[in-house]
Formats: sequence, structure tokens, C-alpha cells
Amino acid sequence: MNLSPDKQRAMLRQMLTIRTFEERASSDYHAGKIYGVVHCYIGEEAVAVGVCGALEQGDQIISTHRGHGHCIAKGADLKRMMAELYGRQTGYCKGKGGSMHIADFGIGMLGANGIVAGGISIVTGAGLAAQMDGKGRVAVSFFGDGASNAGPFHECLNIAAAWKLPMVYVCENNMYAAQTAAAETHAMPDVAGRAAGYGIPGIIVDGNDIFAVYQAAARAVARARAGEGPTLIECKTYRWRAHTERIGQPDFRTEAEIAAWKQKDPVARLLAQLKDQGALSDPDWQAMGREVTATIESAVAFAEASPFPAPEQALEDMYAA
Amino acid sequence: MRELTYAQAGLEAITEEMRKDPRIFYMSTDPAVPLMKEFGDKRVRATPIAEGALTGIAIGAAGSGYRPIMDWRQVTFSFVAMDQIVNQAAKIHYMFGGQRTFPVLYRANVGGGTRLAAQHCQCPYSMFMNLSGLKMFLPSTPADLKGLLKTAIRDNNPVISFESNRLLTTKGPVPDGDYTIPLGVADIKRQGSDVTVVAVAWLVHEALAAAEELAESGISVEVVDPRTLVPLDAAAIRASVRKTGRLVIADEAGPTAGFSAEVAAIVTEDPATFAKLKAPVKRVCALNVPIPYSPVLEDHVFPDRKRIAAGIREAIEGRVSAAAE
Repeated sequence: MNLSPDKQRAMLRQMLTIRTFEERASSDYHAGKIYGVVHCYIGEEAVAVGVCGALEQGDQIISTHRGHGHCIAKGADLKRMMAELYGRQTGYCKGKGGSMHIADFGIGMLGANGIVAGGISIVTGAGLAAQMDGKGRVAVSFFGDGASNAGPFHECLNIAAAWKLPMVYVCENNMYAAQTAAAETHAMPDVAGRAAGYGIPGIIVDGNDIFAVYQAAARAVARARAGEGPTLIECKTYRWRAHTERIGQPDFRTEAEIAAWKQKDPVARLLAQLKDQGALSDPDWQAMGREVTATIESAVAFAEASPFPAPEQALEDMYAA
Repeated sequence: MRELTYAQAGLEAITEEMRKDPRIFYMSTDPAVPLMKEFGDKRVRATPIAEGALTGIAIGAAGSGYRPIMDWRQVTFSFVAMDQIVNQAAKIHYMFGGQRTFPVLYRANVGGGTRLAAQHCQCPYSMFMNLSGLKMFLPSTPADLKGLLKTAIRDNNPVISFESNRLLTTKGPVPDGDYTIPLGVADIKRQGSDVTVVAVAWLVHEALAAAEELAESGISVEVVDPRTLVPLDAAAIRASVRKTGRLVIADEAGPTAGFSAEVAAIVTEDPATFAKLKAPVKRVCALNVPIPYSPVLEDHVFPDRKRIAAGIREAIEGRVSAAAE
């Protein structure tokens, strides 16, 4: 499962896009241009990009409250994403969802979700549909360590295992459920160990190593496509920023811990590997940075130029025709 | 016309629709045997007891092109799926800007009379009515159940079919062939001129019995069966009250923030209808306690034809207001 230099460069670009998008979303949030709440994925980019790199167009994913990375990795339009954060009519949800509820069903991204573990059942239904369709499609559930303690995780792993659904369950273990350390709330340190209770493979990978993530995902996807059932992959990773961008939220993590994880930066790691292979020159990397920044700038420009919805549009989309 | 029980009519609606549309599949703990026999274990799935997950699985399958039916059986079991109902099913179409349709039918039995005590004799439909984004109905006859179920299965939104425990084995005429009953359309089950009784499910039959009895005293009762709870046919209810000038609401649920409160509000907040009222609105509901087990206790808590008749008399003859007592 060697990745071509082109694919590696594309993955690096995606990770950089996620990071740049969120840096901008964070600053625009603090500038009062984005409302409500923003949850940043920075530091965990290798998980979304590595997993989605193993998927085909027709495969489906579901996300969490920390959803920008999954959207971008699945190929969402940055303009419509930013417009949604800005609450504009041109956003993915016409301004009805915001950061926590971006979906693009057209590319198989079934939505970010404000309820921890809330999406696991829905995407398992997409997996059931994929099995009934019989076309070899798979469905992927992204969720955090916090969700692994909630009922839907256990119910769905049992159902997916019993029915051999073409599912991949990806736990992004960033060690904290909001502010609370997983060490205080988990009976066992590894989420992957729970797979044994459902008779399915439980894999632990370094979530900041995009090759490890990609390879584990590719194996799980192949197993699912072959009709052999679900896999649980636990990606050990870390979020660099606080649970949300809200000012004044407590963050009990130590500076030393955060600094140590920044040494394991998934973007820097892939960059270094590409440079070692001679697959990316310094000028190429600088050019990539400029291009990514330009796409984010144009997404912001699109959002700012887009109209807000008319107030009466609050009454639209209640029911489908 | 042939007669079917309420339960048979429901099964017939499901069976006919499943024959026509291969995208429909059924999930339930212990599904009906005739369904399993006809459609096999892939289209009629005997599920683990995991209503929370399955309620969400239905949403995901619906968003992927299928038309699932998830049978919670007793409404009690829907409570363990409340996140998926409240946060997901009710909001997913709106919250994502109408990107996809989510045609899911949820079925749930409600109501008392089964001596199953506090958990399994509930009428919590107003908890669901309070959510924006779900349609729901509660029919009183086999024919209405069949026609509404067919409409719901063909609807492109999540719909809840509340089905009355007390009526499962009662028989009624059911038309032959394929027919549907639209959501949001009330049915006048008895014409009258002195008082309107708005009742649902079993209490429609109790209201009809009370009306029959009161006719002997020269009181003419109109019985309106909304059939659908969301969207509620406010126009039909108001029109009936404008005609009779009096309103009694009969509901197996308790009164607090309930279906009966909603009906009272839509009648009294409409100036044209309010102007025609000759008496205060009267509610005949379950008493505000969990449902007890012993038949003596259960029967005391639920309203019946006697209490409806007393309520009608009160609306006709007037009463001393609590403030004046």
C-alpha cells in the first residue's frame, strides 16, 4: 500500500487546507464574523485525510461537532463551508446549520453533529443501505473518545458486527472529552480493546502518522467491501486548541503536554517525509502554502460577498415535498 | 364492506406498500410473523433491542435512498431513542438546508386499557407534537389507520404513527383496494349542533357513545376526530366550534401542555371562533398521575364515556366558576 508522491502531496495539501481554514475560522470567530461556536480540528488532520484517502467517491462518512476536517478531507467546497460559518444564504445549509452542522450529501458527507455519538447510528444506517445496495460501498463513522463511552457506540458496533455491515468506526482519541481527561472516564486506556467485545478487529494507530492511518483505513475498507464486516480503528491524536474557540473556557491541559504533542505535528511529519524522498522542494512547499492561503482567502471573500438569508427563509425547509 | 381489526388494517397497509416499493424495509424487535414470512429476513429485520441505534439507522438508511419503517412497538421504548428522534430525525432535513429527504415511518402503540401500568400505558404524543419537524397521527378506526399509514409510508419526511392499544382488536369496515387518507384532515365522526367534542383514538368511540346517550336528552353532539396530530386540522375544529358554540376535548393523555391544551388554544386564540363560544372550553383528560396497575385505579385515572357525557352537560348547562365558588 505505497502511496504515490502525487497522492502524498495531495494529502499534505488537504491537511494544510484544514489547518489554514480553521486558523482563519478561529480569527474570524474572534472578530465576530462567525457566530455561536467553532471547534477546531488542528493537530488531528492526519486522521480525516488518512481515512478519507482510503475511500472512493461513493463511500459515505459522518462527522462530529469538530467537523471541518472531515468535510475538507471528503472534498467539500470551501466557499460553501465558509459561507455556512458566516451564516449566509450560499452556505451548505443556507445558514441554518453553522459550523456544527455542515453536511454535503452529494459527496457522501452526512453531516457534522452537535450531539456526541449522535451520528454513529445514522452512518450505520448508511452502511446498512450500502450493504443492501450490494455495490461494495462502505460507510465511515468518525467520533471521539468521549463518544466511545456512550450507548450508540456500543449498540452500533454490535449491530454492525451481527449484520456484517460494511462499516469502519474511526475513534479520534484526542485524550479529552471536552475538558475531561479520558484517563478519568475510561475503564480501559484503549478504546480499540472494546472491539473484542463485538468480535471485530480493533486497531490502534498513531493518529498523527498519516501513513499508519491510511494503511489501517485501507485494510478496514477492503475488509468491509469484501463483506467481512466492520473494523474499529483508534487513532491516538491530540487537539492543539481548546475544546472550543470560546473565550474563557477552562482548559486543564498543561503547556508541557500541548508542546509535546506539537512536536508530533502531522503536517510537519508528512512534509519532512516528502522532503526526504525528494518529492517536495522548498519552493514547491512555499508555493503550496501560498495556493492554500489563496483558496481560503477566496472562500472568505465569497462568504463576505454572499447575502444573509431573508428572515422569512427561517420557515423554509421544514418538510420535504 | 369487509371488516378488519385495527391491527389487521395496519398490517395490510404495510404489506401492500412493501409489495409495491422494494425500497421499504421493516425493523422491529419480534416483527409480525406474516411480514417476515412474505418478505424475508432482509426486508423485515428482527433487530437487537437497541431502539436508540435503530431509530438513527433508519434515518441514515432513509438518507441513502431507502424508506425504512421502524416499529418501536410500545411508545415507551421510543424514550430510549429520544436523541435520535428529537435531535436527529426532527431536525435533519431543516438543519442541513433540505439537502436530502428522510422518509422514515416510526410506529408506536399508545394508551391504556391493557393493565400494563405506568410505563406501558402512556399517551405522550404531545411531547412529540412539541417538536418542529415531525408529522404524526393517531387514528380511531381500522380504515383511518390503513389510509394514514399508506400516506405516511409515501411521505418523504419522518412520520410517527401512534396506534391505540385499546383499539388493536376492534373491528371496523375497511374499503377494498388501494386508498389513502391525507395527513392533516380531520373527520367529522358525528354531526351535531349543540356542542363539539374533539376526541382522538379510543375516546372517539367513547364520545360517540356519550353522544348517543345524550341525544335521548335532546342534546346534539358533533364528534370531530382530528386523526392527524401534526399537522392539526385547525380549520375543521374551528369551523365545528363556530357552528356549535361549545367545545369539549377528550384525551387519554393528561391535560398539562397536552393535545387538549393545543386544541383549546387554537380555538380560543382565533377571534372569529372565540366570538362564537357560549361556554368555557371543557377538557376531559386522564388524571395527572402515572398510570396505575390495578383495574380499579386505572379505570379511575382514564376518562370514559361517562366523564365525556358529564363534560358535555357541563358545557351545555354551565357551571359555577372556580373563582365564584
